[in-house]
Amino acid sequence: MSAPILETRGLTKRFGGVPAVDGVDFKLGEGELRCLIGPNGAGKSTFFKMITGQLAPTAGTVLFRGADVTGEERHRLARHGIGIKTQVPSLFDGLDVRESLHLAARRFHGASDARRIVDAILAETHLDAVAGRKVGELAHGQRQWVELGMVLAREPLLLLLDEPTAGMTPDETRRTAALIARLRQRRAMIVVEHDMHFVRMIAEAVTVFHQGRILMEAPIGEVLRDARVREVYLGAHKDRHA
Amino acid sequence: MKRAADRIGIAAIAILGLGALIGVPHVVELFTLVDVAVYCILAILALSLAFVWGFGGILSFGQSAFFGLGGYAYALAVINMGESTVPILLGAIVPMLFAALLGYFMIYGRISDVYLAVITLTVSLIFYHLINSTAGPEYAIGRARLGGHNGIPGLPPINIPGNAAAQLDYAGTFRLSLGALLLVYFGLRALIASRFGRALVAIRENELRAELLGYDSRRYKLIAFVIGGGIAGFAGVLFASWGSFIGPGVFGIAFAAQIIIWILVGGLGTLAGAVLGTVLIQYLTTWLGQSKSVAALIGLAKIDTSLVLGAVLILFVLLVPSGVIPTLRKLWLGRRGASA
Ligand SMILES: Nc1ncnc2c1ncn2[C@@H]1O[C@H](COP(=O)(O)OP(=O)(O)O)[C@@H](O)[C@H]1O
Ligand SMILES: [Mg+2]
Repeated sequence: MSAPILETRGLTKRFGGVPAVDGVDFKLGEGELRCLIGPNGAGKSTFFKMITGQLAPTAGTVLFRGADVTGEERHRLARHGIGIKTQVPSLFDGLDVRESLHLAARRFHGASDARRIVDAILAETHLDAVAGRKVGELAHGQRQWVELGMVLAREPLLLLLDEPTAGMTPDETRRTAALIARLRQRRAMIVVEHDMHFVRMIAEAVTVFHQGRILMEAPIGEVLRDARVREVYLGAHKDRHA
Repeated sequence: MKRAADRIGIAAIAILGLGALIGVPHVVELFTLVDVAVYCILAILALSLAFVWGFGGILSFGQSAFFGLGGYAYALAVINMGESTVPILLGAIVPMLFAALLGYFMIYGRISDVYLAVITLTVSLIFYHLINSTAGPEYAIGRARLGGHNGIPGLPPINIPGNAAAQLDYAGTFRLSLGALLLVYFGLRALIASRFGRALVAIRENELRAELLGYDSRRYKLIAFVIGGGIAGFAGVLFASWGSFIGPGVFGIAFAAQIIIWILVGGLGTLAGAVLGTVLIQYLTTWLGQSKSVAALIGLAKIDTSLVLGAVLILFVLLVPSGVIPTLRKLWLGRRGASA
């Protein structure tokens, strides 16, 4: 693996004493795509939130391109080049699609570059037809793409996608997989995903979270065969109402 | 289509404004001119809050504090200097500095919207009590006595910069007030359309998303708050010179609440609404205050204006919840949409 773009050491978040993420040592190589899987409540979103400054870690460090960025503010981490599509869509509902993308692009690019980037993203995400529509009026799948588009418009070095296909139709999911496949040529990515078909479409390497810890890290084929992983998922189903 | 409607609106406002600037002093009576001048001044104050609240998402319930601070800074300076140019600048700069200080603690402290409203109002009320307790002769800055609850009377009118003797007459005051209103209105429009303004609106829409995209929301909000404070202070300057007087009433809760009402009636999130709301409510207040016939008509000796204003606000919130301008805009676009 090349020099890590992202590394966490002993990263921990406790809510009222209960650990949601518990001493995670994680490395992501430059240009690598990793899928993060694990049952609900495993701590995946919390892990992302600490990397993007939405939550301050209880303990541990976050290194981005070798520099300690632990606990830095959200906009600073964004400026370093970390972009996130959050699990709960986070959008500018009152703005139209084009302006949303433009705001994202314009933050770090000149006016004409920003326009070019926005046009490219509108085409890539199939949002041309709704460019003038208010984001709040769009269907769920399109909203997911607007958020993805905004994150891309910034051209981040590291892209975190938290369940990007949630609520998408199978067709939309396929197109998202294709989009991610194209994107990975340009940047490092971590994708949280439940759909194993989807994971198989986009990734080779998978990290499995369980109860705030890394259960295993391996190629997708190996993970799917692993007895512990199966038990974790099945167990999660049994425990759902506990 | 919406853009076209907007453009027609802007052009209409610009033409009407310029026409009024030139023509009105020739055709209306003196006391009307004086009345309209104060409507313009109060509308500038309303615009400051329309911007801070409607576009910056900051509910500054005590926007009157900056207005009063501007008025007092102007009054104290102009009495000491005898010439109005520097005092006018001070009347905008002092509130801006104060807004920067207050805003820094509130916005960088990430206090919630409701607390921000409470704190700004409290600050205004603190000024009210502070000023009220300065009636004694020992409370003076240079030659200017603060005057406590009596306020500071006898302020000279604004003069042509550099020439203290060339004071504005009523027509001049009217032109200055309307001109300033137009300037502030179009200035804020340009600001909202600028990169800064679009980012500010995005932050109002979703602060988390804006920050995750790299926007330092607190910086944007603080700048907006300071600009709003400066505009409110400038309105305070015009108000003090218009009436040759400034008193602690501008820091009181009734006045603070009135600004909120102007905006709600006109429509939050629009600039034109703030102006319209101010003029409507102020006109209504004046008319009710003067008209004995209306009182007689509904069997009262005297109308309690604040009671009527309260009733008007409740009616508005129930019948036109989004305010006059947004409702009109929706009707206009709906009609055009149907024909297109
Ligand atoms: N803000 C919070 N306050 C308290 N507990 C939380 C908070 N956010 C997450 N948790 C808890 O932390 C654990 C991990 O949650 P999360 O990171 O959302 O898991 P995942 O994304 O893997 O489904 C869960 O048990 C969840 O209930
Ligand atoms: Mg999650």
